[in-house]
Amino acid sequence: MAGTAVRGRLTWQVSAVTALIDETASVKTIELQAPDWAGHLAGQHLDVRLTAEDGYRAERSYSIASAPGEPVALTVERLEDGEVSPYLTEELRPGDDLEIRGPVGGYFVWDGDDSVTPLMLIAGGSGVVPLRSILRHRSNLRSTVPVRLLYSARSLADVIYRDELDQEGAGVEVIYTLTRQQPQGWTGHRGRVDKSMLSEVAWPPDQQAIAYVCGPTPFVETVASSLVGLGYPAQRVKTERFGGIGGS
Amino acid sequence: MDDLDGNAMGGLMQEIFGVEMTTAIETCAHCGNAAVVAETAVYLRGPGAVMRCPTCTNILMVVVRRQDMHCVDMQGIASLSPAGQTA
Amino acid sequence: MSPISRGFHGRRREPAEQSSRVPPGQYVTQDFPVLSAGPTPRTALDNWSFSIRQSGNTSKSWTWSELQDLPVEDVTADIHCVTRWSKLDTRWRAVSVDTLLAQVEHNARYVLAFCDGGYTTNLPLADVTAGQAWVAFDYDGEPLAPEHGGPARLLVPHLYFWKSAKWVRGLELLDKDEPGFWETYGYNMYGDPWREQRYAGD
Ligand SMILES: Cc1cc2nc3c(=O)[nH]c(=O)nc-3n(C[C@H](O)[C@H](O)[C@H](O)COP(=O)(O)OP(=O)(O)OC[C@H]3O[C@@H](n4cnc5c(N)ncnc54)[C@H](O)[C@@H]3O)c2cc1C
Ligand SMILES: [Zn+2]
Repeated sequence: MAGTAVRGRLTWQVSAVTALIDETASVKTIELQAPDWAGHLAGQHLDVRLTAEDGYRAERSYSIASAPGEPVALTVERLEDGEVSPYLTEELRPGDDLEIRGPVGGYFVWDGDDSVTPLMLIAGGSGVVPLRSILRHRSNLRSTVPVRLLYSARSLADVIYRDELDQEGAGVEVIYTLTRQQPQGWTGHRGRVDKSMLSEVAWPPDQQAIAYVCGPTPFVETVASSLVGLGYPAQRVKTERFGGIGGS
Repeated sequence: MDDLDGNAMGGLMQEIFGVEMTTAIETCAHCGNAAVVAETAVYLRGPGAVMRCPTCTNILMVVVRRQDMHCVDMQGIASLSPAGQTA
Repeated sequence: MSPISRGFHGRRREPAEQSSRVPPGQYVTQDFPVLSAGPTPRTALDNWSFSIRQSGNTSKSWTWSELQDLPVEDVTADIHCVTRWSKLDTRWRAVSVDTLLAQVEHNARYVLAFCDGGYTTNLPLADVTAGQAWVAFDYDGEPLAPEHGGPARLLVPHLYFWKSAKWVRGLELLDKDEPGFWETYGYNMYGDPWREQRYAGD
Protein backbone atom coordinates (compact mmCIF):
# COMPACT_ATOMS: atom_id res chain seq x y z
CA MET A 1 0.00 0.00 0.00
CA ALA A 2 2.89 2.29 -0.73
CA GLY A 3 1.91 5.90 -0.83
CA THR A 4 -1.60 5.52 0.53
CA ALA A 5 -2.26 6.78 3.98
CA VAL A 6 -4.96 4.78 5.69
CA ARG A 7 -6.94 7.07 7.91
CA GLY A 8 -6.23 6.48 11.55
CA ARG A 9 -3.56 3.90 10.88
CA LEU A 10 -0.35 5.00 12.49
CA THR A 11 2.83 4.90 10.49
CA TRP A 12 6.41 5.87 11.17
CA GLN A 13 7.48 9.33 10.12
CA VAL A 14 10.79 11.12 10.11
CA SER A 15 11.06 14.21 12.28
CA ALA A 16 13.99 16.60 12.61
CA VAL A 17 15.62 17.51 15.89
CA THR A 18 15.47 21.28 16.24
CA ALA A 19 16.86 21.78 19.75
CA LEU A 20 18.15 19.97 22.82
CA ILE A 21 17.65 21.58 26.19
CA ASP A 22 19.29 20.54 29.46
CA GLU A 23 16.69 20.03 32.17
CA THR A 24 18.82 18.39 34.87
CA ALA A 25 22.23 16.69 34.85
CA SER A 26 20.68 13.54 33.39
CA VAL A 27 17.57 14.81 31.61
CA LYS A 28 17.17 16.58 28.29
CA THR A 29 14.24 17.95 26.37
CA ILE A 30 14.33 17.21 22.64
CA GLU A 31 12.35 19.51 20.38
CA LEU A 32 11.20 18.08 17.08
CA GLN A 33 9.85 19.33 13.84
CA ALA A 34 7.43 16.70 12.55
CA PRO A 35 5.98 17.73 9.18
CA ASP A 36 3.32 15.00 9.16
CA TRP A 37 2.24 15.46 12.76
CA ALA A 38 -1.55 15.25 13.17
CA GLY A 39 -1.53 17.10 16.49
CA HIS A 40 -1.70 15.55 19.94
CA LEU A 41 -3.64 15.55 23.19
CA ALA A 42 -2.18 16.34 26.59
CA GLY A 43 -0.82 13.13 28.12
CA GLN A 44 -0.21 11.18 24.90
CA HIS A 45 3.11 9.61 24.00
CA LEU A 46 4.92 8.57 20.86
CA ASP A 47 7.22 5.75 19.89
CA VAL A 48 10.81 6.38 18.83
CA ARG A 49 12.64 3.96 16.55
CA LEU A 50 16.40 3.96 16.10
CA THR A 51 18.06 2.07 13.24
CA ALA A 52 21.77 1.23 13.22
CA GLU A 53 23.78 0.94 10.02
CA ASP A 54 23.52 -2.84 10.02
CA GLY A 55 19.74 -2.66 10.31
CA TYR A 56 19.54 -3.35 14.06
CA ARG A 57 16.59 -1.52 15.56
CA ALA A 58 15.42 -0.39 18.98
CA GLU A 59 12.04 1.08 19.84
CA ARG A 60 10.93 2.93 22.98
CA SER A 61 7.97 5.04 24.04
CA TYR A 62 8.30 8.66 25.22
CA SER A 63 5.61 10.94 26.54
CA ILE A 64 4.99 14.18 24.72
CA ALA A 65 6.17 17.02 26.94
CA SER A 66 4.64 19.88 24.99
CA ALA A 67 1.02 21.00 25.09
CA PRO A 68 -1.41 20.42 22.24
CA GLY A 69 -0.72 22.94 19.50
CA GLU A 70 2.94 23.32 20.44
CA PRO A 71 5.74 21.64 18.45
CA VAL A 72 6.42 18.08 19.59
CA ALA A 73 8.89 17.86 22.46
CA LEU A 74 10.15 14.89 24.43
CA THR A 75 11.91 14.88 27.77
CA VAL A 76 14.24 11.94 28.27
CA GLU A 77 16.04 10.77 31.38
CA ARG A 78 19.37 9.10 30.71
CA LEU A 79 19.75 5.64 32.24
CA GLU A 80 23.46 4.85 32.47
CA ASP A 81 23.09 1.28 31.28
CA GLY A 82 20.22 1.92 28.90
CA GLU A 83 20.29 1.38 25.16
CA VAL A 84 18.16 4.22 23.80
CA SER A 85 18.08 6.99 26.43
CA PRO A 86 21.89 7.57 26.42
CA TYR A 87 21.71 7.91 22.65
CA LEU A 88 18.86 10.41 22.79
CA THR A 89 20.45 12.51 25.53
CA GLU A 90 24.10 12.37 24.49
CA GLU A 91 24.50 11.52 20.83
CA LEU A 92 21.54 13.24 19.21
CA ARG A 93 22.23 16.70 17.71
CA PRO A 94 20.05 19.42 16.20
CA GLY A 95 19.50 18.60 12.54
CA ASP A 96 19.48 14.82 13.12
CA ASP A 97 16.55 12.76 11.90
CA LEU A 98 14.45 10.94 14.45
CA GLU A 99 11.90 8.36 13.41
CA ILE A 100 8.67 8.57 15.40
CA ARG A 101 5.20 7.04 15.44
CA GLY A 102 2.41 8.93 17.12
CA PRO A 103 0.55 10.44 18.77
CA VAL A 104 -0.37 7.34 20.78
CA GLY A 105 -2.92 6.72 23.49
CA GLY A 106 -6.34 7.96 24.53
CA TYR A 107 -6.56 6.78 28.11
CA PHE A 108 -3.88 8.72 29.95
CA VAL A 109 -5.00 12.03 28.47
CA TRP A 110 -6.69 15.17 29.72
CA ASP A 111 -8.93 16.66 27.09
CA GLY A 112 -9.21 20.08 28.70
CA ASP A 113 -12.70 19.44 29.95
CA ASP A 114 -13.41 22.51 32.03
CA SER A 115 -15.90 21.00 34.44
CA VAL A 116 -14.85 21.58 38.03
CA THR A 117 -13.43 18.12 38.67
CA PRO A 118 -10.06 18.75 40.33
CA LEU A 119 -6.98 16.99 38.98
CA MET A 120 -4.59 15.07 41.19
CA LEU A 121 -1.37 14.64 39.25
CA ILE A 122 1.21 12.32 40.78
CA ALA A 123 4.63 11.82 39.21
CA GLY A 124 7.64 9.70 39.98
CA GLY A 125 10.83 10.92 38.25
CA SER A 126 10.36 11.27 34.49
CA GLY A 127 6.70 10.38 35.01
CA VAL A 128 6.21 14.15 35.27
CA VAL A 129 6.57 14.52 31.48
CA PRO A 130 2.96 13.81 30.39
CA LEU A 131 1.69 15.73 33.43
CA ARG A 132 3.68 18.76 32.32
CA SER A 133 1.84 18.62 29.01
CA ILE A 134 -1.44 18.59 30.95
CA LEU A 135 -0.34 21.59 33.06
CA ARG A 136 0.73 23.58 30.00
CA HIS A 137 -2.50 22.72 28.24
CA ARG A 138 -4.48 23.89 31.24
CA SER A 139 -2.62 27.15 31.29
CA ASN A 140 -2.92 27.67 27.51
CA LEU A 141 -6.66 27.11 27.81
CA ARG A 142 -6.82 29.49 30.77
CA SER A 143 -8.67 26.69 32.51
CA THR A 144 -9.54 27.18 36.15
CA VAL A 145 -9.62 23.47 37.01
CA PRO A 146 -7.92 23.14 40.40
CA VAL A 147 -4.77 20.99 40.20
CA ARG A 148 -2.41 19.47 42.70
CA LEU A 149 0.83 17.98 41.48
CA LEU A 150 2.67 15.67 43.84
CA TYR A 151 6.10 15.08 42.36
CA SER A 152 8.56 12.58 43.77
CA ALA A 153 12.21 13.19 42.83
CA ARG A 154 15.51 11.97 44.24
CA SER A 155 16.71 15.46 45.08
CA LEU A 156 15.86 19.06 44.24
CA ALA A 157 18.49 18.96 41.49
CA ASP A 158 16.61 16.06 39.90
CA VAL A 159 13.35 18.00 39.62
CA ILE A 160 12.55 18.40 35.93
CA TYR A 161 10.87 21.67 34.77
CA ARG A 162 11.48 23.21 38.19
CA ASP A 163 11.43 26.84 37.05
CA GLU A 164 8.23 26.30 35.15
CA LEU A 165 6.56 24.40 37.97
CA ASP A 166 7.53 27.01 40.54
CA GLN A 167 5.88 29.68 38.40
CA GLU A 168 2.55 27.90 38.03
CA GLY A 169 -0.21 30.36 38.75
CA ALA A 170 -3.42 30.32 40.70
CA GLY A 171 -5.17 27.01 41.01
CA VAL A 172 -2.06 24.87 40.74
CA GLU A 173 -0.34 23.58 43.84
CA VAL A 174 3.00 21.89 43.33
CA ILE A 175 4.16 19.63 46.14
CA TYR A 176 7.55 17.95 46.01
CA THR A 177 8.76 14.98 47.95
CA LEU A 178 12.50 14.34 47.88
CA THR A 179 13.42 10.72 48.37
CA ARG A 180 17.21 10.63 48.67
CA GLN A 181 18.60 14.04 49.45
CA GLN A 182 17.03 17.17 50.87
CA PRO A 183 18.60 20.63 50.94
CA GLN A 184 19.49 22.23 54.27
CA GLY A 185 16.36 23.46 55.98
CA TRP A 186 14.01 21.57 53.65
CA THR A 187 10.54 21.73 55.13
CA GLY A 188 8.75 19.85 52.38
CA HIS A 189 8.01 16.18 52.17
CA ARG A 190 10.73 13.60 52.20
CA GLY A 191 10.70 9.92 51.37
CA ARG A 192 8.59 7.88 49.03
CA VAL A 193 4.96 8.55 48.36
CA ASP A 194 2.81 6.34 50.56
CA LYS A 195 -0.72 6.22 51.84
CA SER A 196 -0.15 8.60 54.72
CA MET A 197 1.51 11.21 52.48
CA LEU A 198 -1.37 10.86 50.03
CA SER A 199 -3.96 11.25 52.76
CA GLU A 200 -2.33 14.59 53.55
CA VAL A 201 -1.69 15.80 50.02
CA ALA A 202 -4.32 14.31 47.70
CA TRP A 203 -7.77 15.81 47.23
CA PRO A 204 -10.17 14.07 49.59
CA PRO A 205 -12.15 11.39 47.71
CA ASP A 206 -15.44 13.29 48.10
CA GLN A 207 -14.03 16.01 45.82
CA GLN A 208 -14.45 13.58 42.92
CA ALA A 209 -10.94 14.29 41.70
CA ILE A 210 -9.41 12.45 38.77
CA ALA A 211 -5.92 11.17 39.48
CA TYR A 212 -3.19 10.75 36.86
CA VAL A 213 -0.33 8.62 38.16
CA CYS A 214 2.80 8.15 36.09
CA GLY A 215 6.36 6.92 36.62
CA PRO A 216 8.33 3.74 37.23
CA THR A 217 6.07 0.69 37.54
CA PRO A 218 6.63 0.03 41.28
CA PHE A 219 5.90 3.70 42.02
CA VAL A 220 2.66 3.63 40.03
CA GLU A 221 1.53 0.39 41.67
CA THR A 222 2.06 1.78 45.18
CA VAL A 223 0.42 5.14 44.51
CA ALA A 224 -2.57 3.73 42.64
CA SER A 225 -3.38 1.14 45.27
CA SER A 226 -2.94 3.70 48.05
CA LEU A 227 -5.37 6.08 46.34
CA VAL A 228 -7.92 3.30 46.00
CA GLY A 229 -7.31 2.46 49.66
CA LEU A 230 -8.09 6.08 50.53
CA GLY A 231 -11.42 5.85 48.75
CA TYR A 232 -10.66 6.91 45.16
CA PRO A 233 -12.78 4.78 42.82
CA ALA A 234 -10.45 2.76 40.57
CA GLN A 235 -11.96 4.33 37.43
CA ARG A 236 -10.82 7.74 38.67
CA VAL A 237 -7.21 6.67 38.96
CA LYS A 238 -5.54 6.72 35.55
CA THR A 239 -2.13 5.14 35.40
CA GLU A 240 0.80 4.95 33.02
CA ARG A 241 3.77 2.71 33.81
CA PHE A 242 7.24 3.48 32.46
CA GLY A 243 8.72 0.10 33.50
CA GLY A 244 11.38 -0.69 36.06
CA ILE A 245 13.38 2.39 35.21
CA GLY A 246 15.19 5.28 36.78
CA GLY A 247 14.52 6.83 40.14
CA SER A 248 11.78 8.72 41.83
CA MET B 1 8.84 -5.58 38.45
CA ASP B 2 9.56 -4.17 35.04
CA ASP B 3 6.21 -4.91 33.47
CA LEU B 4 4.43 -2.20 31.56
CA ASP B 5 0.77 -1.56 30.93
CA GLY B 6 -1.44 -1.38 27.87
CA ASN B 7 -0.40 2.22 27.17
CA ALA B 8 3.00 0.88 26.08
CA MET B 9 1.35 -1.21 23.35
CA GLY B 10 -0.80 1.66 22.08
CA GLY B 11 1.38 2.49 19.08
CA LEU B 12 1.72 -1.12 17.99
CA MET B 13 -2.02 -1.75 18.36
CA GLN B 14 -2.97 1.40 16.49
CA GLU B 15 -0.64 0.38 13.68
CA ILE B 16 -2.34 -3.03 13.55
CA PHE B 17 -5.99 -2.16 14.21
CA GLY B 18 -6.08 1.25 12.62
CA VAL B 19 -7.79 2.84 15.62
CA GLU B 20 -6.81 3.95 19.09
CA MET B 21 -7.09 0.80 21.24
CA THR B 22 -5.87 1.70 24.73
CA THR B 23 -9.34 2.99 25.66
CA ALA B 24 -11.03 -0.18 24.36
CA ILE B 25 -12.56 -2.57 26.87
CA GLU B 26 -11.39 -6.19 26.78
CA THR B 27 -13.09 -9.09 28.49
CA CYS B 28 -10.82 -11.91 29.59
CA ALA B 29 -11.78 -15.29 28.14
CA HIS B 30 -10.45 -17.03 31.24
CA CYS B 31 -11.88 -15.14 34.22
CA GLY B 32 -14.47 -12.90 32.58
CA ASN B 33 -12.99 -9.73 34.04
CA ALA B 34 -13.43 -6.63 31.89
CA ALA B 35 -10.72 -3.97 31.85
CA VAL B 36 -9.57 -0.97 29.87
CA VAL B 37 -6.76 -2.10 27.57
CA ALA B 38 -4.53 0.62 29.09
CA GLU B 39 -4.80 -1.16 32.45
CA THR B 40 -3.69 -4.60 31.24
CA ALA B 41 -0.21 -5.93 32.03
CA VAL B 42 2.18 -5.80 29.09
CA TYR B 43 5.56 -7.48 28.60
CA LEU B 44 7.67 -6.23 25.73
CA ARG B 45 11.01 -7.79 26.65
CA GLY B 46 10.84 -10.99 24.76
CA PRO B 47 10.55 -12.35 21.27
CA GLY B 48 7.08 -10.78 21.03
CA ALA B 49 4.67 -8.48 22.85
CA VAL B 50 2.46 -10.16 25.45
CA MET B 51 -0.64 -8.64 27.05
CA ARG B 52 -2.10 -10.28 30.15
CA CYS B 53 -5.28 -9.98 32.18
CA PRO B 54 -4.67 -7.68 35.16
CA THR B 55 -6.83 -9.95 37.34
CA CYS B 56 -5.83 -13.52 36.51
CA THR B 57 -2.66 -13.07 34.33
CA ASN B 58 -4.22 -15.09 31.50
CA ILE B 59 -2.65 -14.20 28.15
CA LEU B 60 -4.96 -11.86 26.25
CA MET B 61 -2.93 -10.97 23.20
CA VAL B 62 0.40 -11.90 21.66
CA VAL B 63 1.94 -9.93 18.81
CA VAL B 64 4.96 -11.29 17.02
CA ARG B 65 6.63 -9.20 14.35
CA ARG B 66 8.31 -10.81 11.43
CA GLN B 67 9.96 -8.20 9.24
CA ASP B 68 7.04 -5.89 8.51
CA MET B 69 4.28 -8.41 9.19
CA HIS B 70 2.52 -8.71 12.51
CA CYS B 71 1.10 -11.99 13.71
CA VAL B 72 -1.64 -11.25 16.23
CA ASP B 73 -3.21 -13.84 18.51
CA MET B 74 -6.19 -12.84 20.66
CA GLN B 75 -7.55 -16.17 21.76
CA GLY B 76 -7.45 -15.06 25.39
CA ILE B 77 -9.90 -12.21 24.76
CA ALA B 78 -13.62 -13.01 24.84
CA SER B 79 -14.59 -9.59 23.53
CA LEU B 80 -12.88 -6.36 22.61
CA SER B 81 -14.90 -3.21 22.09
CA PRO B 82 -13.47 0.12 21.06
CA ALA B 83 -14.28 2.95 23.43
CA GLY B 84 -17.87 4.13 23.42
CA GLN B 85 -19.21 0.90 21.97
CA THR B 86 -20.71 -2.01 23.79
CA ALA B 87 -20.05 -5.61 22.95
CA MET C 1 12.97 2.81 4.44
CA SER C 2 14.02 4.01 7.85
CA PRO C 3 16.78 6.57 8.00
CA ILE C 4 19.94 5.41 9.74
CA SER C 5 20.17 6.96 13.19
CA ARG C 6 23.56 8.66 13.03
CA GLY C 7 25.84 7.33 15.74
CA PHE C 8 23.45 4.64 16.97
CA HIS C 9 24.98 1.20 17.49
CA GLY C 10 22.61 -0.40 19.96
CA ARG C 11 23.98 -2.07 23.03
CA ARG C 12 26.69 -3.84 21.12
CA ARG C 13 30.35 -4.27 21.82
CA GLU C 14 31.77 -6.74 19.38
CA PRO C 15 35.45 -7.51 19.83
CA ALA C 16 36.65 -8.82 16.48
CA GLU C 17 38.54 -11.81 17.83
CA GLN C 18 35.31 -13.22 19.17
CA SER C 19 33.34 -12.89 15.97
CA SER C 20 33.78 -16.59 15.12
CA ARG C 21 31.87 -17.34 18.32
CA VAL C 22 29.01 -15.00 17.52
CA PRO C 23 26.26 -16.25 15.17
CA PRO C 24 25.13 -14.03 12.30
CA GLY C 25 22.90 -11.10 13.25
CA GLN C 26 23.91 -11.29 16.92
CA TYR C 27 25.86 -8.77 19.02
CA VAL C 28 27.78 -9.41 22.20
CA THR C 29 26.53 -7.97 25.45
CA GLN C 30 28.15 -7.90 28.87
CA ASP C 31 24.77 -7.46 30.58
CA PHE C 32 22.39 -10.27 31.18
CA PRO C 33 19.13 -9.02 29.68
CA VAL C 34 15.93 -10.35 31.19
CA LEU C 35 13.37 -11.69 28.76
CA SER C 36 9.90 -12.09 30.05
CA ALA C 37 6.44 -12.80 28.76
CA GLY C 38 4.80 -12.61 32.15
CA PRO C 39 5.19 -12.03 35.86
CA THR C 40 8.11 -13.72 37.59
CA PRO C 41 6.85 -16.81 39.43
CA ARG C 42 8.23 -17.40 42.91
CA THR C 43 8.01 -20.99 44.03
CA ALA C 44 9.38 -21.89 47.46
CA LEU C 45 12.07 -24.58 47.25
CA ASP C 46 10.02 -26.74 49.63
CA ASN C 47 7.25 -26.89 47.05
CA TRP C 48 9.53 -27.27 44.08
CA SER C 49 10.02 -30.49 42.15
CA PHE C 50 11.27 -31.51 38.74
CA SER C 51 9.24 -34.16 36.89
CA ILE C 52 9.55 -36.26 33.81
CA ARG C 53 6.15 -37.04 32.34
CA GLN C 54 5.00 -39.44 29.68
CA SER C 55 1.48 -39.54 28.24
CA GLY C 56 0.25 -37.34 31.06
CA ASN C 57 1.72 -39.45 33.88
CA THR C 58 4.71 -38.60 36.00
CA SER C 59 7.41 -41.22 35.45
CA LYS C 60 9.86 -39.76 37.88
CA SER C 61 10.25 -36.65 39.98
CA TRP C 62 12.87 -35.09 42.16
CA THR C 63 12.48 -32.68 45.05
CA TRP C 64 14.88 -29.74 45.26
CA SER C 65 17.21 -31.57 47.62
CA GLU C 66 17.05 -34.78 45.60
CA LEU C 67 18.08 -32.82 42.53
CA GLN C 68 20.97 -31.25 44.42
CA ASP C 69 22.18 -34.73 45.39
CA LEU C 70 22.60 -35.74 41.75
CA PRO C 71 26.01 -35.32 40.10
CA VAL C 72 26.50 -31.62 39.44
CA GLU C 73 28.51 -30.17 36.57
CA ASP C 74 30.14 -26.80 36.04
CA VAL C 75 29.21 -25.61 32.59
CA THR C 76 30.68 -22.67 30.68
CA ALA C 77 28.76 -21.75 27.55
CA ASP C 78 27.99 -18.98 25.06
CA ILE C 79 24.30 -18.14 24.90
CA HIS C 80 22.40 -16.55 22.02
CA CYS C 81 19.03 -14.85 22.37
CA VAL C 82 16.67 -14.45 19.42
CA THR C 83 16.32 -10.76 20.37
CA ARG C 84 19.89 -10.56 18.98
CA TRP C 85 22.16 -10.46 21.98
CA SER C 86 24.80 -13.09 22.71
CA LYS C 87 26.68 -13.48 25.94
CA LEU C 88 29.97 -15.34 26.00
CA ASP C 89 31.44 -17.60 28.66
CA THR C 90 28.45 -17.74 30.97
CA ARG C 91 29.13 -20.00 33.96
CA TRP C 92 26.53 -22.35 35.43
CA ARG C 93 26.18 -25.16 37.94
CA ALA C 94 23.75 -27.71 36.68
CA VAL C 95 22.57 -31.30 36.47
CA SER C 96 22.81 -32.85 33.04
CA VAL C 97 19.53 -33.84 31.41
CA ASP C 98 21.30 -37.14 30.58
CA THR C 99 21.50 -37.85 34.30
CA LEU C 100 17.76 -37.28 34.69
CA LEU C 101 16.68 -39.22 31.62
CA ALA C 102 18.87 -42.17 32.63
CA GLN C 103 16.41 -42.78 35.45
CA VAL C 104 13.36 -43.29 33.23
CA GLU C 105 12.56 -45.79 30.55
CA HIS C 106 11.32 -44.27 27.36
CA ASN C 107 11.62 -44.20 23.60
CA ALA C 108 10.61 -40.59 23.08
CA ARG C 109 11.88 -38.49 20.21
CA TYR C 110 10.90 -35.03 21.45
CA VAL C 111 10.48 -33.22 24.73
CA LEU C 112 8.28 -30.33 25.79
CA ALA C 113 9.75 -28.42 28.72
CA PHE C 114 7.10 -27.07 31.09
CA CYS C 115 7.47 -24.32 33.64
CA ASP C 116 5.94 -22.33 36.47
CA GLY C 117 3.90 -19.54 34.90
CA GLY C 118 2.72 -21.80 32.07
CA TYR C 119 5.62 -21.35 29.64
CA THR C 120 6.55 -24.29 27.42
CA THR C 121 9.13 -24.94 24.70
CA ASN C 122 9.79 -27.96 22.50
CA LEU C 123 13.09 -29.65 21.66
CA PRO C 124 14.19 -32.83 19.90
CA LEU C 125 15.39 -35.45 22.36
CA ALA C 126 18.66 -35.59 20.46
CA ASP C 127 19.28 -31.97 21.42
CA VAL C 128 18.80 -32.42 25.15
CA THR C 129 20.99 -35.52 25.44
CA ALA C 130 24.67 -36.31 24.85
CA GLY C 131 25.88 -33.56 27.15
CA GLN C 132 24.04 -30.73 25.38
CA ALA C 133 21.42 -29.73 27.97
CA TRP C 134 21.19 -29.13 31.69
CA VAL C 135 18.88 -28.10 34.49
CA ALA C 136 20.84 -25.13 35.86
CA PHE C 137 20.44 -23.60 39.31
CA ASP C 138 23.57 -21.50 39.89
CA TYR C 139 24.71 -18.69 37.65
CA ASP C 140 28.14 -17.11 38.05
CA GLY C 141 28.62 -18.65 41.47
CA GLU C 142 25.28 -17.51 42.87
CA PRO C 143 21.86 -19.13 43.10
CA LEU C 144 20.03 -18.34 39.86
CA ALA C 145 17.98 -15.16 40.37
CA PRO C 146 14.21 -15.42 39.85
CA GLU C 147 14.26 -12.91 36.94
CA HIS C 148 16.74 -15.16 35.16
CA GLY C 149 14.65 -18.26 35.74
CA GLY C 150 15.56 -19.32 39.27
CA PRO C 151 15.33 -21.54 41.13
CA ALA C 152 16.14 -23.58 38.01
CA ARG C 153 16.08 -23.17 34.28
CA LEU C 154 16.81 -25.38 31.33
CA LEU C 155 20.16 -24.65 29.67
CA VAL C 156 20.46 -25.65 26.02
CA PRO C 157 23.15 -23.26 24.81
CA HIS C 158 23.43 -24.48 21.22
CA LEU C 159 19.86 -23.34 20.45
CA TYR C 160 18.32 -19.86 20.74
CA PHE C 161 17.88 -19.02 24.38
CA TRP C 162 14.06 -19.14 24.41
CA LYS C 163 14.59 -22.92 24.35
CA SER C 164 16.42 -22.61 27.70
CA ALA C 165 13.12 -22.38 29.55
CA LYS C 166 13.10 -20.31 32.73
CA TRP C 167 11.40 -21.60 35.91
CA VAL C 168 11.48 -25.09 34.43
CA ARG C 169 9.59 -27.77 36.35
CA GLY C 170 9.92 -30.74 34.07
CA LEU C 171 10.03 -32.41 30.70
CA GLU C 172 7.16 -34.09 28.94
CA LEU C 173 8.45 -36.92 26.72
CA LEU C 174 6.75 -37.07 23.33
CA ASP C 175 6.76 -39.18 20.17
CA LYS C 176 5.82 -36.23 17.96
CA ASP C 177 7.07 -32.66 18.02
CA GLU C 178 4.58 -30.23 19.57
CA PRO C 179 5.02 -26.45 19.48
CA GLY C 180 5.68 -24.70 22.78
CA PHE C 181 4.76 -21.10 23.65
CA TRP C 182 6.74 -18.96 21.19
CA GLU C 183 6.70 -21.76 18.60
CA THR C 184 2.89 -21.52 18.54
CA TYR C 185 3.22 -17.85 17.65
CA GLY C 186 5.46 -18.42 14.67
CA TYR C 187 8.91 -18.95 16.14
CA ASN C 188 11.01 -21.76 14.75
CA MET C 189 10.41 -25.31 16.00
CA TYR C 190 14.18 -25.90 16.22
CA GLY C 191 15.91 -22.53 16.65
CA ASP C 192 19.51 -22.93 15.52
CA PRO C 193 21.24 -19.54 15.95
CA TRP C 194 23.98 -20.43 13.44
CA ARG C 195 21.34 -20.87 10.72
CA GLU C 196 19.32 -17.91 12.02
CA GLN C 197 16.25 -20.08 12.52
CA ARG C 198 14.16 -17.41 14.18
CA TYR C 199 10.78 -17.95 12.59
CA ALA C 200 8.89 -20.90 11.16
CA GLY C 201 10.29 -21.56 7.72
CA ASP C 202 13.70 -19.92 8.35
C1 LIG D 1 4.15 4.97 27.63
C2 LIG D 1 5.57 5.26 28.06
C3 LIG D 1 6.02 6.57 28.14
C4 LIG D 1 7.32 6.84 28.52
N1 LIG D 1 7.73 8.14 28.61
C5 LIG D 1 8.99 8.44 28.98
C6 LIG D 1 9.42 9.79 29.08
O1 LIG D 1 8.67 10.73 28.83
N2 LIG D 1 10.70 10.05 29.46
C7 LIG D 1 11.58 9.02 29.75
O2 LIG D 1 12.73 9.32 30.06
N3 LIG D 1 11.19 7.73 29.68
C8 LIG D 1 9.92 7.41 29.29
N4 LIG D 1 9.54 6.09 29.19
C9 LIG D 1 10.56 5.03 29.39
C10 LIG D 1 11.28 4.78 28.07
O3 LIG D 1 10.38 4.18 27.15
C11 LIG D 1 12.47 3.82 28.19
O4 LIG D 1 12.06 2.67 28.88
C12 LIG D 1 13.63 4.44 28.92
O5 LIG D 1 14.10 5.59 28.24
C13 LIG D 1 14.78 3.44 29.03
O6 LIG D 1 15.17 3.04 27.75
P1 LIG D 1 16.69 2.64 27.47
O7 LIG D 1 16.73 2.03 26.12
O8 LIG D 1 17.61 3.78 27.73
O9 LIG D 1 16.98 1.59 28.57
P2 LIG D 1 16.89 0.02 28.40
O10 LIG D 1 18.02 -0.43 27.56
O11 LIG D 1 15.53 -0.36 27.98
O12 LIG D 1 17.12 -0.34 29.89
C14 LIG D 1 16.26 0.15 30.93
C15 LIG D 1 16.72 -0.37 32.25
O13 LIG D 1 16.44 -1.72 32.33
C16 LIG D 1 17.61 -2.45 32.35
N5 LIG D 1 17.45 -3.43 31.28
C17 LIG D 1 17.59 -3.24 29.97
N6 LIG D 1 17.28 -4.33 29.29
C18 LIG D 1 16.95 -5.20 30.22
C19 LIG D 1 16.49 -6.49 30.15
N7 LIG D 1 16.31 -7.16 28.99
N8 LIG D 1 16.23 -7.09 31.30
C20 LIG D 1 16.37 -6.45 32.47
N9 LIG D 1 16.78 -5.23 32.59
C21 LIG D 1 17.05 -4.61 31.48
C22 LIG D 1 18.73 -1.54 32.02
O14 LIG D 1 19.88 -1.94 32.70
C23 LIG D 1 18.20 -0.23 32.46
O15 LIG D 1 18.40 -0.01 33.83
C24 LIG D 1 8.22 5.79 28.83
C25 LIG D 1 7.77 4.47 28.75
C26 LIG D 1 6.46 4.19 28.38
C27 LIG D 1 6.02 2.77 28.31
ZN1 LIG E 1 -8.58 -12.93 33.47
